[in-house]
Amino acid sequence: MKKLVYGAAASFALATSAMAASGDNTLNIAWKSELTTLDRFNSASPEINIVQHLVFDGLIYRDPDTFKYEPALATSWEFTDDKTLELGLRKGVTFQNGEPFNADDVVATIKYITDPDNPIVTGNNTSWIDSAAKIDDYKVRINLKEPFPAAVEYLAGPIPMYPNEYLASVGKEGFSTKPIGTGPYRVTGSEPGRSITFERNDTYWDGSPKGKPSIGKIVQRTIPDANTQVAELLSGGIDWMWRVPEDQASKLGDVGNVTVQANETMRVGFILFDSSGRAGESPFQKVAVRRAISHAIDRESMSKKLVGGGSRSVHTLCFPLQFGCTDEGAVKYEYSPDKAKKMLAEAGYPEGFEFDIYAFSNRPYTEAVVNYLRAVGVQANLRFQQFPALFKKLQAGEIQAAHMNWGSYGISDVSALTSRFFKGGKTDYAQDKDVQTWIEKADASVNGDERKQLYKKALDRIADQAYALPMFSYVNYLAFSSDLKLPPQADEFPHLYRASWK
Amino acid sequence: MAAFALRRVLLAALVAITVSAIAFGLLYLSGDPVRALAGENATDEVIQRLSQEYGFDRPIGEQFLSWLGRAITGDFGKSIYFNTHVADMIWDRLPITMALGVMALGFAICLSIPLGVLAALRPNTFVDKAALTISLFGQALPNFWFAILLIILFGLTLRWLPISGNSSFAHFILPAVALGYYATPAFMRLIRAEMMDVLASDYIRTARAKGLSTSSVLFKHALRNAIIPVVSLAAVQLGFMLGGSVIIEQVFAIKGLGALAWESISRSDYPVVQALVLVISVIYVGLTLCADLLNAAIDPRLRHGH
Repeated sequence: MKKLVYGAAASFALATSAMAASGDNTLNIAWKSELTTLDRFNSASPEINIVQHLVFDGLIYRDPDTFKYEPALATSWEFTDDKTLELGLRKGVTFQNGEPFNADDVVATIKYITDPDNPIVTGNNTSWIDSAAKIDDYKVRINLKEPFPAAVEYLAGPIPMYPNEYLASVGKEGFSTKPIGTGPYRVTGSEPGRSITFERNDTYWDGSPKGKPSIGKIVQRTIPDANTQVAELLSGGIDWMWRVPEDQASKLGDVGNVTVQANETMRVGFILFDSSGRAGESPFQKVAVRRAISHAIDRESMSKKLVGGGSRSVHTLCFPLQFGCTDEGAVKYEYSPDKAKKMLAEAGYPEGFEFDIYAFSNRPYTEAVVNYLRAVGVQANLRFQQFPALFKKLQAGEIQAAHMNWGSYGISDVSALTSRFFKGGKTDYAQDKDVQTWIEKADASVNGDERKQLYKKALDRIADQAYALPMFSYVNYLAFSSDLKLPPQADEFPHLYRASWK
Repeated sequence: MAAFALRRVLLAALVAITVSAIAFGLLYLSGDPVRALAGENATDEVIQRLSQEYGFDRPIGEQFLSWLGRAITGDFGKSIYFNTHVADMIWDRLPITMALGVMALGFAICLSIPLGVLAALRPNTFVDKAALTISLFGQALPNFWFAILLIILFGLTLRWLPISGNSSFAHFILPAVALGYYATPAFMRLIRAEMMDVLASDYIRTARAKGLSTSSVLFKHALRNAIIPVVSLAAVQLGFMLGGSVIIEQVFAIKGLGALAWESISRSDYPVVQALVLVISVIYVGLTLCADLLNAAIDPRLRHGH
């Protein structure tokens, strides 16, 4: 018995020492999903964006509050013609391993992400790039496949710069656990999927729009269960968590030592219907059925009650602040279960029908959709999967209906959302030739007004035909220790390099 | 005994082979495994190259045999998502889950022995019923919910124990309790039954008649004999706990085999799922085999039962 008591006492001591560790200049953070790689170009997980902000810099920086472009690793950029972008590079920047940054790194990074033999996972973000060429040590030219006016927005987004020599020596696999960038934090330890340790890069280059980081060390742990994360936050085991479910966020707001921050994000939810019958014969091939479903779901009240925190319902498939996004004059489907039932009956489904709806996050949202559909006699079976598995199915053309949400990789341009699902690619379930042509033209046009007009035509048609039902914008709830100072931001992925202790 | 043992070992081997065939078949549930390996943007050339590299262009029987051959030598291929060797991932995490399983088992036994002995001493009384209720709660409570209650009480309110992770011994206490509680009724009932049998036997009466103290009779003579079958039950329960750890590891953010299984399934990382199904079931088969042999060694009647 005595031994047992001593054993217990010893373990208490261990436990308290582990908790006290957060008292130094260490920010302990947790998130839910496992990052399978720290190579930005080979991960589609939202969390990779947080890592990217910490470890890497891009050529151009987009201010997270104003969305204005600022020089980062490139000090100037200019389109010399529709398909050529010339950039002047910053001198005196070194990577975290001491390698100097210059044109060779840009060329190597572009080569890495456009190599047809080793396709990257986020290839859609870089498919507009043809190649890059060095003009001199601090000047590069990026050649575009076609005119692509959103190029600067993409370069300021998910395209960070990698060091050429280091990348060549460790390869894709080595880079996945030990990445090197020019960013304010370097990765000093990583166990794939379990934890990542970031330490402040004390030689971070002067003049960066990110500023000099304040916190010395950031330790990330993967905690799959949201309840456990909350318990850790309340007990001081972690200092920061994100993607807090709405119900927990409102409860956490009442607790004294926790700050809850609600940021509306560019992420938009929508239900994608298999209008063209890619997955076989289905009721969704009838436009009347798709319209009926659109009337059956009360998006307004879902947005207000389920999401909260400034979420808005949307009527066209894009985020209102994205370039090219508008719902002016577009068909809007008001909530009316009676109308939905009548339309279903007219379309030949008086008794409703049954189908599988796929989803990968925010399960309660999809459950609400299932309930709304049940009320009009339609039985939707929820198939919940992790994103990579669902996305594969989606691309293979095997899905009847999917409750999707898309963060556009933070890119404030309609081409990052609407074009992904309606331009004729693997995720195009509408196969509408007109829409495809309009979007192709819009993506490649250098004339802003023309782009807007073409996107509007496409968005109107998508709404009229109800190829997809746009739902609402998502809100990202952050919860963190009240000792932490973290400015709110307008884009989705937290910029933790801005954090400091009060 | 030797013939019995041989029969048992052969049977276990058969089960293992059947399980491995099922595990191998899992890969084909995902549709085309090459596409899964190649990723979403792969060109046809890449797919063809991978198909040859991994041998997916050969007949399925041949593929199975070569997969089994490699699996026996510990080569399970690479994870689709982590691009690391599956065997390394499993070796990394096996000790964590084993430690959790053994601790959970330890907790279950420590709780059920006193309960079982008490119940056996006072059968069909209030004490007996109370002991049964305590242990039955373990089986009735969903373990993820019980786990959250433990976290709230010991992690948040009292702050005695860390809530999640697996970096120290203390981290394993709550998960071990949550996992082990479930197994308590099985142990409790077995100990109670065995103790009642033993207490009614002649040699205990003799021991009592000799004037030995109650505690000496109970612990030196009775419990020592009653506990033997518990050992073989423990082997089987340990196998169950490896499976049960899927949820518990998720709640407590323990990076063991259970968490790996859960995440790999939801990511459709089939090489990892295959290897885990195989490894966990082989461990289970091995433990059951040990339990059978142990039982047979103790109780000769079992050897001739079949």
